[in-house]
Amino acid sequence: MADETALFRMEGISKRYGGVHALEKAELNVHAGRVHAILGENGAGKSTLIKVMSGVVAPDEGRMFLDGQPISFADPASANRAGIVCIFQELSLIPDLSVADNIIASNPPTRFGLIDRKEQRRLAEEALAKAGGEDIHPRARVGDLPLSRQQIVEIAKALARKPRVLILDEATSALTASDVTKVMAVLKRLRSEGMALLYISHRMHEIAELADECTVFRNGRNVESYEQGTKTDNEVVEMMIGREYRHVFPEKTPLPPSDKPPALEVRNLSWFNKLNNVSLDVRAGEVVGLGGLDGQGQRDLLLALFGVLRGVTGEILIDGRPVTVKNPRHARSGEVGMALIPEDRKTEGLMLPMSVMQNLSFAALGQLSTFGVIDRAAEKKRIDEMIRLLAVRTASTDIPVSALSGGNQQKVVIAKWLMISPKIILLNDPTRGIDVGTKQEIYQLLRKLSDEGAAIILYSTDYDELIGCCDRVMVMYDGEIKTTLAGNEITEHALVGSALNIGTEEREAGAKPGVGA
Amino acid sequence: MTNDAQPSSRPPLHMRINLPIVIAFACIILLLLIGSLYSKSFLSPEYLLQQLKVASFLGVIATGMMLIILLGQIDLSVPWVLTTGAMMASAATAYGPLGEALAVPFGIACGVAMGLVSGAGVAYLRIPAMIVTLAINVIAQGLMVAYTGGFSPADTASDAMRYLATGNLILGVPNAILVWAAIGALAVFALNRTTFGRAVYAIGNRESAAFLSGAATQRVVMFSFAISGGLAAFGGVLLAGYAGKAAQSMGDAYLLPAIASVVLGGTSILGGRGNYLGTVAGVILVTLLQSILSVMQISEYGRQIIYGAVIVSMLLLYGREKALR
Amino acid sequence: MKEWRFIMAEHRGTLLAFTLFIAMFVIYVSNHPAGFTPNVVQTAANKGVILALVAMAQAFVVLTAGIDLSVGMIFVLCNCVGSYVLGGAPGQVGLGVCAVLATGLACGALNGLIVIYGRLQPIVTTIATGAIFFGIALWLRPYPGTIPDFAADLADTFTGKVFGVVPASLVFLAAVVLLIWVPVRRSVIGRTIYAVGSSEMAAYMSGMPVRRARFTAFVLGGLMAAFGGLFLTFFTYSGEASLANGDNYTLFSIASVVLGGVSLYGGRGSAIGAIFGALAFRAIGDLLFVFDLDPLWQPLFQGLVLGLAVTFGAARLFQIRNRLEMFT
Repeated sequence: MADETALFRMEGISKRYGGVHALEKAELNVHAGRVHAILGENGAGKSTLIKVMSGVVAPDEGRMFLDGQPISFADPASANRAGIVCIFQELSLIPDLSVADNIIASNPPTRFGLIDRKEQRRLAEEALAKAGGEDIHPRARVGDLPLSRQQIVEIAKALARKPRVLILDEATSALTASDVTKVMAVLKRLRSEGMALLYISHRMHEIAELADECTVFRNGRNVESYEQGTKTDNEVVEMMIGREYRHVFPEKTPLPPSDKPPALEVRNLSWFNKLNNVSLDVRAGEVVGLGGLDGQGQRDLLLALFGVLRGVTGEILIDGRPVTVKNPRHARSGEVGMALIPEDRKTEGLMLPMSVMQNLSFAALGQLSTFGVIDRAAEKKRIDEMIRLLAVRTASTDIPVSALSGGNQQKVVIAKWLMISPKIILLNDPTRGIDVGTKQEIYQLLRKLSDEGAAIILYSTDYDELIGCCDRVMVMYDGEIKTTLAGNEITEHALVGSALNIGTEEREAGAKPGVGA
Repeated sequence: MTNDAQPSSRPPLHMRINLPIVIAFACIILLLLIGSLYSKSFLSPEYLLQQLKVASFLGVIATGMMLIILLGQIDLSVPWVLTTGAMMASAATAYGPLGEALAVPFGIACGVAMGLVSGAGVAYLRIPAMIVTLAINVIAQGLMVAYTGGFSPADTASDAMRYLATGNLILGVPNAILVWAAIGALAVFALNRTTFGRAVYAIGNRESAAFLSGAATQRVVMFSFAISGGLAAFGGVLLAGYAGKAAQSMGDAYLLPAIASVVLGGTSILGGRGNYLGTVAGVILVTLLQSILSVMQISEYGRQIIYGAVIVSMLLLYGREKALR
Repeated sequence: MKEWRFIMAEHRGTLLAFTLFIAMFVIYVSNHPAGFTPNVVQTAANKGVILALVAMAQAFVVLTAGIDLSVGMIFVLCNCVGSYVLGGAPGQVGLGVCAVLATGLACGALNGLIVIYGRLQPIVTTIATGAIFFGIALWLRPYPGTIPDFAADLADTFTGKVFGVVPASLVFLAAVVLLIWVPVRRSVIGRTIYAVGSSEMAAYMSGMPVRRARFTAFVLGGLMAAFGGLFLTFFTYSGEASLANGDNYTLFSIASVVLGGVSLYGGRGSAIGAIFGALAFRAIGDLLFVFDLDPLWQPLFQGLVLGLAVTFGAARLFQIRNRLEMFT
């Protein structure tokens, strides 16, 4: 695979963490003036690969070449100096510094040994303009900016370093659709200027639009490289998971009519200007999806239902009874019986250093104890049941949950909540950053739970998921539910259209006949 | 889908042995050996029992400190909450038979009250524990200074306090050791077998996750501080019983040792990880170190220096955080 | 138009501390029996400047999201060293000043090395090193004392008045700010000190000199504490290994930093804010004296002020609408 024309080349790179091979003899060729997409499931070694490239971690073995010359990096700064700059998935911005300070973080222009703030500001404004963020004030504190603006600052920061190779690791994941369009245009311009771009994303349509060449990773190795457009989506997915990929979504079971009140009904829920008169109902046995662009109030709605937000107005009815959910403890109690699978499993779902067992039983401890004393036998029994039900792959229930793969960690979060046998399950993008196999298991689980009588609200940023899993989908825009789609109306076209809140008449005309599917 | 490895409930033995605890116990043995080179009496049962008795006071205080450190917080109010406990219990003794009977509970209750204030500040106002407890320490000092008029208090310890600290219930075993053993047993039970203990570890690891899982995080934090305050005050009550009376600066010598014994016992200062057995080892280790330094007749300044240096070097042995890279 | 809002937001903590100080000082002076005279200001300034220097020391470390519980002990140790070396011929005194400052630098460097290369938590490290520093101080000065040829003239110059009006100590403090704080704040290292406090990982990822910045913060902290110790020696002509002094100055430095609007979580605030925090704290403490109350109540009063200040700082909680934000 040694390609002498490559601007940057990696040969036989390996990296182990403990006993786990994150990378094993990985190879990569990156060419100037091209966008190279990296594909792979989570845990395939993509993030380790770019960490090695950008000097964040040192490889155990293997060589790297820049312009054909062997090169190695002691730290991110030396990689930057060599012209390799990475935009990381977890933001590398410093929240308390200003936008300008962040963009020119490590080697600002100096005069008499001190930072030349005027010159720095000029450079920052230039970089912001290049990244399509002219509206961001260079003096603003980064922590005060919304996430999508921060992402633009992150891109500006990378561009200010005048990179030859620019790595983007899920750099568009926090962006709104209009920002993504802007960023795509910026990236295309950079490519035409001769920059080499390495693009990592789970969004296939972005890769289709942008990439010239793709490399698929699996289990720490590069499986195959191909010119974009020479493989079908299905072939790519097969390469990624190493097995055939079909029947992702389980059959939907139609809900028989019933005169029981809905398991959860919400009337005119409002929360400052983030939620506006949201009304919805979910029946037992039904999966209701929340759609729309990211950040339109879906997350706030779930948190409001779960008693996390203060100052929520409106009515919540559980099985027809009005209830005010005071806090998560009240939400999980028998009176409400609600569970929330939060957005970020690492900070909101799990106590990472604690054991699998302690994490699993944590929400249900009330049911497993008398007067605060834990019944260990009962605890172990319930946990074993859950591990079997969800097929959590773990060597032991006593190892820290951080030792599990991302998908298995997410299963632990879900299992933790199933231990309380909830009647209402709220899920906040539960499959984000999870491998295809586990996704499939989660879809099946959701259907099983709804068949057993649970009422489920699923928020997802993945349209396929909403189409495949949900009986109805409510599309949110700017804190309001703008459209409700049911049955066969739930198509990608309808979801995208209503998410952007455009062409309302046309869509409504097309939507009406399908009601009651 | 594949579930060939049926999860077992216990990891292999070598994973359960806790390195810091092993090192701490090894250091205890080392200290005893060094001491026995110096004086034969170091390995005698009388000396060891006497050391355990002295360690008990620190042990009671360190138990509360451990709880707070497990939460990822710190309690810097130990010195004057301890003194408050001692002074208030002694003060109550002066109020006739009823006062004498209630001396011990009253002293502890004063500590609990101060802990509750700290805890409320940390849990509900979300002020960093370091600051709240420092403020409470100064306030407690201010109250005691105002109460005693700046002089050493005249009140003496009640008989019950003296009995708890210096008596022997079972032949030859000082009561102080029994008190510590009882509190230690309760702590082990609470930390490992109750929902409260689980919540403490969970909050220390990731408070937001614990809250979203429905744990009463604020209440747990506040109660933990109350317990810590109560135990510090109880330590003060015992010390007053041991010395016969309370003294102005009796608490100063207990803050660093309490934190040191918890941390030397392998409890992470960042919270969420730790084992009571480690704290026991840490307490004994710190007490032995102090004892050996004083037996060797090293002057106060030398003791301070050696003491600080030993703690730093032991922490360097195993208390290090993971490298960034 | 929008520019000044960002500048205001950036310096809000410092401005609040400044306002608080002015308010307290006005109350203090207007109730002082002697009123606003150079002498009243001079006495107030000398006491205030010592704490202000120690508070600056604390601020450097707190900005990196650390804490230095040994500042008070470094301060006491430097005072004890000073009481031996600040005497003799002018050249000797000059060397003596250097020796005092070198002591502080060495203490700060030791803290920094242990925290950075030993990868220990600052709070435990500095509690332990504080014991070491105090032990050395105790070795030097088991009893309060001084040397026979103490440079009293120099001491009087530094604690006296410039042109008969301005307290020399304030001039000195201003010089420290201009020659040390301002250049540091505007250097890459200074920016990194803030960045480390705000998000160490992000600072590292951005290729900033993380270790050097943390080390610099501890070393400058040691230096500032040494300046404080130097001034205490000038002020008292003697050295004393006082445990109460050490503990109090550590405590007051933290109180000053909090009053001065420096975030204990790091990354926000400034040493200038800490200075005003210290001056305000001193003024508050002296109010008791002005209002003729029993000095026995002073510790309680100071504790309550600290308690009130942090409770006031918790007011932002009532604006939180999403309870998850409480945990960040």
